[in-house]
Amino acid sequence: MKVVPIALNTFRESVRDRVLYNLILFVLLLVGASIFLGELSMSQESKIIVDIGLSAMRIFGVLISIFIGIGLVYKEIDKRTIYSLLAKPLHRHEFILGKYFGLCLTLFVNSVVMALGISLALLFVKGGADPIQIKIWPTAYLIFLELMVMTAISLLFSSFSSPALSALLAFFLFIIGTFSADLKLFAATVGSGVVKVMCQALYYVLPNLANFNFIMATAHGNTPSVGMMGAATMYAALYISALLAATVMIFQRRNFK
Amino acid sequence: MLALEINNLTKDYTVGFWKKRPVRALNDLNLQVGMGESFGFLGPNGAGKTTTLKILMRLIYPTTGEAKILGCPLDDMQMRARIGYLPEQPYFYDYLTARELLNYCAKIFGLNKAEALKRTDDLLKRVGLFEAADKQLRKYSKGMLQRAGLAQALINDPEVLFLDEPMSGLDPLGRREVRDLIAALRDQGKTVFFSSHVLSDVEALCDRVAIMNKGCLIESGKLSDILKSRTNELEAVVTGIDEATLNELQVFATQIVPAPEGAHVRVQSDKEIEYVLSIVHRAGGRLVSVNPVRESLEDLFVREISENAKVAKQAAS
Repeated sequence: MKVVPIALNTFRESVRDRVLYNLILFVLLLVGASIFLGELSMSQESKIIVDIGLSAMRIFGVLISIFIGIGLVYKEIDKRTIYSLLAKPLHRHEFILGKYFGLCLTLFVNSVVMALGISLALLFVKGGADPIQIKIWPTAYLIFLELMVMTAISLLFSSFSSPALSALLAFFLFIIGTFSADLKLFAATVGSGVVKVMCQALYYVLPNLANFNFIMATAHGNTPSVGMMGAATMYAALYISALLAATVMIFQRRNFK
Repeated sequence: MLALEINNLTKDYTVGFWKKRPVRALNDLNLQVGMGESFGFLGPNGAGKTTTLKILMRLIYPTTGEAKILGCPLDDMQMRARIGYLPEQPYFYDYLTARELLNYCAKIFGLNKAEALKRTDDLLKRVGLFEAADKQLRKYSKGMLQRAGLAQALINDPEVLFLDEPMSGLDPLGRREVRDLIAALRDQGKTVFFSSHVLSDVEALCDRVAIMNKGCLIESGKLSDILKSRTNELEAVVTGIDEATLNELQVFATQIVPAPEGAHVRVQSDKEIEYVLSIVHRAGGRLVSVNPVRESLEDLFVREISENAKVAKQAAS
């Protein structure tokens, strides 16, 4: 399987391009929040650390998945590194999958280190072991699923459009996807048939990132249910498969002039 | 079995944003390259050389026609494992070292770790990069990058090697090194198909050449045959003749190039040379030498391209 060397090389590229340096910023943010919030009561403090920590994990991750994701294919074509690669016994779909899983690996390492950081910060503010230190992990997993979806979206745009336009479209989908539940609500309240059908269609076509958002509830001490996690995993798997299939279809037809 | 077989290969691009129109980059190309041949693919910029190589490497798709490498269709993965390719002005991942690049390529070819390490070391020594093997490619000079490119093209010990302008942008020393490498590969019995602008290199390295212009093949064959077919002319070097004699020689000569103590007189055949000799002798001059005119590849290239342009101009008018 040629996907593995491509993925590992993509991961190595991220590491050498200092993508993981964002972790330093994240740690500074957590330390700053812990010191600043030291005045608050213990329960409030841990709630805010969970909220800030997981939200930062999500935002940093989304920024990486969009800004690195949009360059995954574009950079290879622009710098012509793809020329010598595709001449080798490598299918185009293997190349796309390798690039995708390489960035997912980067995001995975990034997310695990961040979640560890949050757990350690909670250990510090709680002055010992506490269930909340474990409860953040299922939510971190959901965030990672969301990042995988965002990476697939960025990769799709990267396969046919310029980085600037890809970034714009990916951000647009991220915003829409975050509030896509409102589309369904709007569809239910409007009377007109055409608008209703359009809103419903958009709701099903656009990514529903609300499926992966459990940050606020975790800050209040809740954990996502197994059913929710299973459904989110299924949704992500299906959505990512569809996006990668579309990316491969576009990429298969491309001429590298 | 042929190393390369190209049949009626045509590539049209669509250009223009609002008013789309097709532009033919490659027109009905037919070409065959035998195993073990060293084949030069010549042509000015925009001739269709890189387009042909990109089609062969699956980077672009042909509009019509087909090509086979080692008797296999272009998308055959087993065939891909038996060829090597160096793109024009290669650029590799600059965050990798040459050793990492070669290891990475070896993994794509499915080589096991021990074999990959051995081949990497051998190739780094062979292309003269062993000392700089652990330096990132972003610190390499153009010549070093070209050599790293050649090494990655050779990692699978290919039977057929495709090189797109392997000498472009190199200084004389770099060119010499790459030329020696290609010559060594040819001597090993590898099939080498390479495009180049540097005609002296092609002349030194190739058994056969094809000359392209504006997407069309205008000449192909054994270098010796192509150049021999134009060797009927003779050139006499004469000295001790005056202006009046030179004017007299104009009648028989196809070309007279004055030299410090005489002239180089070019004639069509043996018959004319006899007239030239008698005139020179009568004028008290001296014949220094008579040699058949051997057209250089550069002469042939320039003539073919300009003749082709004339024909196209006439057809258009």
